Amino acid sequence: MADTGADQLDDTIVSEPLDLVRLSLNERVFVKLKGDREIRGRLHAYDSHCNLVLSDVEETVYIMDDEDEDLKTIQKQSEMLFVRGDAVVLISPPTQS
Amino acid sequence: MLFFSFFKTLIDEQVIVELKNDMSVRGTLKSVDQFLNIKLDDVSVVDEVKYPHLSAVKNVFIRGSVVRYVHLPGAVVDTALLEDATRKEAASQASKMGGR
Repeated sequence: MADTGADQLDDTIVSEPLDLVRLSLNERVFVKLKGDREIRGRLHAYDSHCNLVLSDVEETVYIMDDEDEDLKTIQKQSEMLFVRGDAVVLISPPTQS
Repeated sequence: MLFFSFFKTLIDEQVIVELKNDMSVRGTLKSVDQFLNIKLDDVSVVDEVKYPHLSAVKNVFIRGSVVRYVHLPGAVVDTALLEDATRKEAASQASKMGGR
Protein backbone atom coordinates (compact mmCIF):
# COMPACT_ATOMS: atom_id res chain seq x y z
CA MET A 1 0.00 0.00 0.00
CA ALA A 2 2.87 2.32 0.81
CA ASP A 3 4.57 1.85 -2.56
CA THR A 4 1.98 3.48 -4.80
CA GLY A 5 4.29 6.10 -6.22
CA ALA A 6 2.50 8.77 -4.22
CA ASP A 7 5.58 9.15 -2.04
CA GLN A 8 7.71 10.57 -4.79
CA LEU A 9 8.13 14.32 -4.71
CA ASP A 10 6.90 14.93 -8.24
CA ASP A 11 5.23 18.30 -8.62
CA THR A 12 3.00 17.20 -11.47
CA ILE A 13 1.52 13.99 -10.06
CA VAL A 14 -2.18 14.13 -9.22
CA SER A 15 -3.01 11.37 -6.76
CA GLU A 16 -5.46 13.09 -4.45
CA PRO A 17 -8.08 15.83 -4.98
CA LEU A 18 -6.08 18.64 -3.34
CA ASP A 19 -3.22 18.01 -5.80
CA LEU A 20 -5.43 19.65 -8.40
CA VAL A 21 -5.55 22.75 -6.21
CA ARG A 22 -1.77 22.65 -5.82
CA LEU A 23 -1.39 22.88 -9.60
CA SER A 24 -3.47 26.08 -9.47
CA LEU A 25 -1.03 27.92 -7.21
CA ASN A 26 -0.21 31.36 -8.63
CA GLU A 27 -3.10 31.00 -11.12
CA ARG A 28 -6.48 32.70 -11.11
CA VAL A 29 -9.09 30.37 -9.66
CA PHE A 30 -12.84 30.41 -9.20
CA VAL A 31 -14.08 29.59 -5.70
CA LYS A 32 -17.71 28.94 -4.79
CA LEU A 33 -18.64 29.55 -1.17
CA LYS A 34 -21.56 28.93 1.15
CA GLY A 35 -24.16 31.67 1.30
CA ASP A 36 -24.42 32.40 -2.47
CA ARG A 37 -20.93 33.83 -2.74
CA GLU A 38 -18.33 33.41 -5.46
CA ILE A 39 -14.72 34.56 -5.60
CA ARG A 40 -12.22 34.96 -8.42
CA GLY A 41 -8.62 35.60 -7.50
CA ARG A 42 -4.99 34.47 -7.74
CA LEU A 43 -4.34 31.54 -5.40
CA HIS A 44 -1.28 31.79 -3.17
CA ALA A 45 -1.94 29.33 -0.34
CA TYR A 46 -4.27 26.54 0.76
CA ASP A 47 -4.33 23.77 3.35
CA SER A 48 -6.26 20.56 3.98
CA HIS A 49 -9.20 22.52 5.48
CA CYS A 50 -9.45 24.52 2.21
CA ASN A 51 -8.38 27.68 4.00
CA LEU A 52 -7.15 29.93 1.18
CA VAL A 53 -5.17 33.08 0.54
CA LEU A 54 -5.96 34.89 -2.72
CA SER A 55 -4.87 38.20 -4.24
CA ASP A 56 -6.62 40.63 -6.64
CA VAL A 57 -9.91 39.24 -5.45
CA GLU A 58 -13.31 39.93 -6.96
CA GLU A 59 -16.14 38.71 -4.77
CA THR A 60 -19.71 38.37 -6.03
CA VAL A 61 -22.61 38.04 -3.59
CA TYR A 62 -25.97 36.96 -5.00
CA ILE A 63 -29.04 38.25 -3.19
CA MET A 64 -32.49 36.98 -4.11
CA ASP A 65 -35.23 39.53 -3.58
CA ASP A 66 -38.26 37.42 -2.62
CA GLU A 67 -40.90 40.05 -3.41
CA ASP A 68 -40.22 40.82 -7.07
CA GLU A 69 -38.00 37.75 -7.61
CA ASP A 70 -35.07 39.91 -8.66
CA LEU A 71 -31.55 38.53 -8.50
CA LYS A 72 -29.26 41.24 -7.21
CA THR A 73 -25.50 40.95 -7.25
CA ILE A 74 -22.98 42.85 -5.17
CA GLN A 75 -19.36 43.06 -6.34
CA LYS A 76 -16.50 43.66 -3.91
CA GLN A 77 -12.77 43.95 -4.50
CA SER A 78 -9.91 43.07 -2.17
CA GLU A 79 -6.17 43.12 -2.80
CA MET A 80 -5.34 40.24 -0.45
CA LEU A 81 -7.88 37.93 1.19
CA PHE A 82 -7.81 35.00 3.60
CA VAL A 83 -10.85 32.72 3.17
CA ARG A 84 -11.76 30.32 5.97
CA GLY A 85 -12.08 26.77 4.64
CA ASP A 86 -15.39 25.84 6.24
CA ALA A 87 -17.25 28.18 3.84
CA VAL A 88 -15.62 26.74 0.70
CA VAL A 89 -17.83 24.61 -1.58
CA LEU A 90 -15.56 24.17 -4.61
CA ILE A 91 -12.29 25.40 -6.10
CA SER A 92 -12.06 25.46 -9.87
CA PRO A 93 -8.77 25.77 -11.82
CA PRO A 94 -8.13 28.78 -14.09
CA THR A 95 -10.96 29.65 -16.45
CA GLN A 96 -10.50 31.03 -19.96
CA SER A 97 -12.85 33.96 -19.37
CA MET B 1 -0.01 24.85 10.79
CA LEU B 2 0.61 26.80 7.56
CA PHE B 3 -2.01 29.48 8.20
CA PHE B 4 -1.14 29.68 11.90
CA SER B 5 2.44 30.54 10.89
CA PHE B 6 1.18 32.85 8.16
CA PHE B 7 -0.97 34.87 10.57
CA LYS B 8 1.90 35.10 13.05
CA THR B 9 3.86 36.97 10.37
CA LEU B 10 0.96 39.46 10.14
CA ILE B 11 0.97 40.42 13.83
CA ASP B 12 0.82 44.21 14.36
CA GLU B 13 -0.68 44.69 10.88
CA GLN B 14 -3.99 46.40 10.23
CA VAL B 15 -6.64 43.88 9.06
CA ILE B 16 -10.39 43.71 8.48
CA VAL B 17 -12.07 40.56 9.77
CA GLU B 18 -15.41 39.78 8.09
CA LEU B 19 -17.59 37.53 10.25
CA LYS B 20 -20.19 35.00 9.17
CA ASN B 21 -22.94 37.34 10.44
CA ASP B 22 -21.76 39.88 7.78
CA MET B 23 -20.24 42.21 10.37
CA SER B 24 -16.73 43.52 9.59
CA VAL B 25 -14.28 44.51 12.29
CA ARG B 26 -11.18 46.57 11.54
CA GLY B 27 -8.25 46.39 13.94
CA THR B 28 -4.60 45.61 14.63
CA LEU B 29 -3.84 41.89 14.70
CA LYS B 30 -2.38 41.21 18.13
CA SER B 31 -2.35 37.43 18.39
CA VAL B 32 -3.51 34.22 16.77
CA ASP B 33 -3.60 30.55 17.84
CA GLN B 34 -3.80 27.12 16.22
CA PHE B 35 -7.59 27.38 15.77
CA LEU B 36 -7.07 30.73 14.02
CA ASN B 37 -8.81 32.49 16.88
CA ILE B 38 -7.84 36.13 16.54
CA LYS B 39 -7.20 38.95 18.99
CA LEU B 40 -7.59 42.50 17.65
CA ASP B 41 -6.64 45.83 19.27
CA ASP B 42 -7.93 49.34 18.44
CA VAL B 43 -11.07 47.88 16.89
CA SER B 44 -13.71 49.73 14.92
CA VAL B 45 -16.75 48.26 13.19
CA VAL B 46 -16.76 49.01 9.46
CA ASP B 47 -20.50 49.71 9.25
CA GLU B 48 -20.94 51.57 12.55
CA VAL B 49 -24.53 52.61 11.80
CA LYS B 50 -25.72 49.06 11.22
CA TYR B 51 -23.66 47.49 14.02
CA PRO B 52 -23.33 49.99 16.89
CA HIS B 53 -22.80 47.20 19.46
CA LEU B 54 -19.02 47.44 19.55
CA SER B 55 -18.67 51.24 19.46
CA ALA B 56 -17.22 51.31 22.98
CA VAL B 57 -15.03 48.23 22.59
CA LYS B 58 -11.24 48.63 22.34
CA ASN B 59 -10.12 45.06 21.80
CA VAL B 60 -11.78 41.78 20.88
CA PHE B 61 -11.16 38.06 20.83
CA ILE B 62 -12.79 36.48 17.77
CA ARG B 63 -13.48 32.75 17.70
CA GLY B 64 -11.85 31.32 14.57
CA SER B 65 -14.94 29.42 13.46
CA VAL B 66 -17.06 32.58 12.99
CA VAL B 67 -14.56 34.17 10.60
CA ARG B 68 -15.51 34.26 6.91
CA TYR B 69 -12.69 36.41 5.51
CA VAL B 70 -9.68 38.31 6.71
CA HIS B 71 -8.83 41.24 4.42
CA LEU B 72 -5.06 41.75 4.47
CA PRO B 73 -2.73 44.53 3.34
CA GLY B 74 -1.32 43.21 0.05
CA ALA B 75 2.11 44.79 0.44
CA VAL B 76 3.14 42.79 3.52
CA VAL B 77 2.45 39.35 2.01
CA ASP B 78 5.33 37.60 0.22
CA THR B 79 3.28 35.55 -2.24
CA ALA B 80 6.20 33.51 -3.62
CA LEU B 81 7.23 32.49 -0.11
CA LEU B 82 3.62 31.60 0.66
CA GLU B 83 3.37 29.34 -2.40
CA ASP B 84 6.61 27.53 -1.47
CA ALA B 85 5.36 27.03 2.09
CA THR B 86 2.07 25.69 0.71
CA ARG B 87 3.88 23.15 -1.51
CA LYS B 88 6.02 22.02 1.43
CA GLU B 89 2.93 21.63 3.62
CA ALA B 90 1.20 19.64 0.87
CA ALA B 91 4.24 17.37 0.49
CA SER B 92 4.49 16.70 4.22
CA GLN B 93 0.75 16.01 4.29
CA ALA B 94 1.16 13.53 1.41
CA SER B 95 4.02 11.68 3.09
CA LYS B 96 1.92 11.27 6.22
CA MET B 97 -0.84 9.71 4.11
CA GLY B 98 1.63 7.39 2.38
CA GLY B 99 2.71 6.02 5.75
CA ARG B 100 -0.66 4.38 6.44
